[in-house]
Amino acid sequence: MRRGPHPALAALTVLVFLFLLGPLVIIIGASLSDTSFLTFPPRGLTLDWYQNVFEISAFRRTMVTSFTLATFGTLFSLLLGIPAAYALARYRVQLPRFLANVYVLPVLIPEIVLGFSLMKSVAIGAGVPVMASLLIGHALLVLPYCVRVVGASLNGFDFSVEEAAVSLGCPRWRAFFTVVLPNIKAGVIAAFILAFITSLNDVSVSIFLTGPGVSTLPIQLLAHMEQFFDPTIASVSVLLMGVTVAVMAVIERTLGLTFLTK
Amino acid sequence: MTARTLAWALAMPALLLVLLGLGLPVLATFATTFTGGEGPLAAYAEFFTSRFRRVVLWRTFEVAAVTTLISLVFGFAAAWVVAKSPARLKSWLIIAAVFPLLTGVVVRSFAWLVILGRGGIVNETLLALGAIAEPLSMLYTQGSVIVAMVYLFVPLMILTLVGVLESIPEDLTDAAASLGARPGAAFRQVVLPMAVPGLIVGSVLVFTGSFTSYATPQLLGGEQQMMMGTFLYQRAMVTFDWTGASTIAAVMVVVTLATVLAMSRLAQRLNPVAS
Repeated sequence: MRRGPHPALAALTVLVFLFLLGPLVIIIGASLSDTSFLTFPPRGLTLDWYQNVFEISAFRRTMVTSFTLATFGTLFSLLLGIPAAYALARYRVQLPRFLANVYVLPVLIPEIVLGFSLMKSVAIGAGVPVMASLLIGHALLVLPYCVRVVGASLNGFDFSVEEAAVSLGCPRWRAFFTVVLPNIKAGVIAAFILAFITSLNDVSVSIFLTGPGVSTLPIQLLAHMEQFFDPTIASVSVLLMGVTVAVMAVIERTLGLTFLTK
Repeated sequence: MTARTLAWALAMPALLLVLLGLGLPVLATFATTFTGGEGPLAAYAEFFTSRFRRVVLWRTFEVAAVTTLISLVFGFAAAWVVAKSPARLKSWLIIAAVFPLLTGVVVRSFAWLVILGRGGIVNETLLALGAIAEPLSMLYTQGSVIVAMVYLFVPLMILTLVGVLESIPEDLTDAAASLGARPGAAFRQVVLPMAVPGLIVGSVLVFTGSFTSYATPQLLGGEQQMMMGTFLYQRAMVTFDWTGASTIAAVMVVVTLATVLAMSRLAQRLNPVAS
């Protein structure tokens, strides 16, 4: 017979999950308040603050920047990361073993150190424009996700299928696109979406690289918070939580959320 | 084209991105710490003789260690219950842990500004109850930074440990029980040793994450509770002291790498399955 957890342990777990979700519920409540300051529970209900988000040009602008940056930074990273993951899985013998670790270096180096170093050497040292520096920074930031998640689905792929296509006369590049890629589609989509949300939420790398006129949404939020403390910030936060929900739905469809516990 | 050339050709673009985008700039930052000061080690001498810098470094250690410890205790308890839950409940609980994890650090830190601020929920409630006469100032204290930091990292700890605890076969605890071990003894002698590598991985993630965090100490700690991340930013972007900022960066990298290496050593030694 299976017994449930000890009542004290179960109660503790309930408290932990209340602690995890409570603050997010408070943000949702605060975003609906018709007061001009942040408060919870909301006094009267209004959606005005959501409208206000789109009336503030800095939020509109940085939202576009952030989504563009997350999309193209991730695509760039996948463009380099998929071949690398493929090479690591397919040519295990030909490549040195440490190579896999080199690709996950961006996880080991603190993000804030990466941001500072990129600013010093790339943005200022080499005079690379703001948007291009951000793109390099974000591509690096998400490269470990791209290589690892795509690699995980490649490890489950039987390369003899690809060999069969090649030995029947299919060119290698074509075998990759028609045989390998469809089989790792779920991994590629999951890698994209995980990388996308990481890039969208990034502060530590972006804070050094945003320049005059170009900023990202999280950096703009930080700046806004220092001057105003009104429910607009809560509304932006709720909109970002909406993105999180969408991201989770995609992960659940592709790899399943339990993938994140591995 | 030989397989070897093809393999390198495929691996090269991403390798170049890491080497040129991360390797060179970070090495340049390290180089600055040796060439930027009066002598080769002057920047480090300045760092470690300055009382203020030592206080910042120690505070960062303290916050990261306390955050790790609290996350470990609560994360382990919650992960244990999650891992033993029936499938349906388990997937809901995992969703509830993933949601905050994938929500941005700015949003999650902001929530604590709303809760702990002068006009925040805690103060409003206590004032309404008449427990206090004046609002308490809880922001910009070490406590508020730690609370927000624990909030940031508990989901990561839970998700890391759920995977580990699930991989421990139920049969083992059953076997221990059938051999006469009380539940407490079976937990201490069977489950805990097998969970140690996972506990170490979770702790390393939380410790290095909180040691190098920026947004949370910036929002909840401010100037009063300067930590390594906020200090680095302040040196680099407010006072434009690049040598000083590079030295902070180098110390952060050394601490992070040393933690990772030491802990993975320890994990290998303590792993009952390997060796």
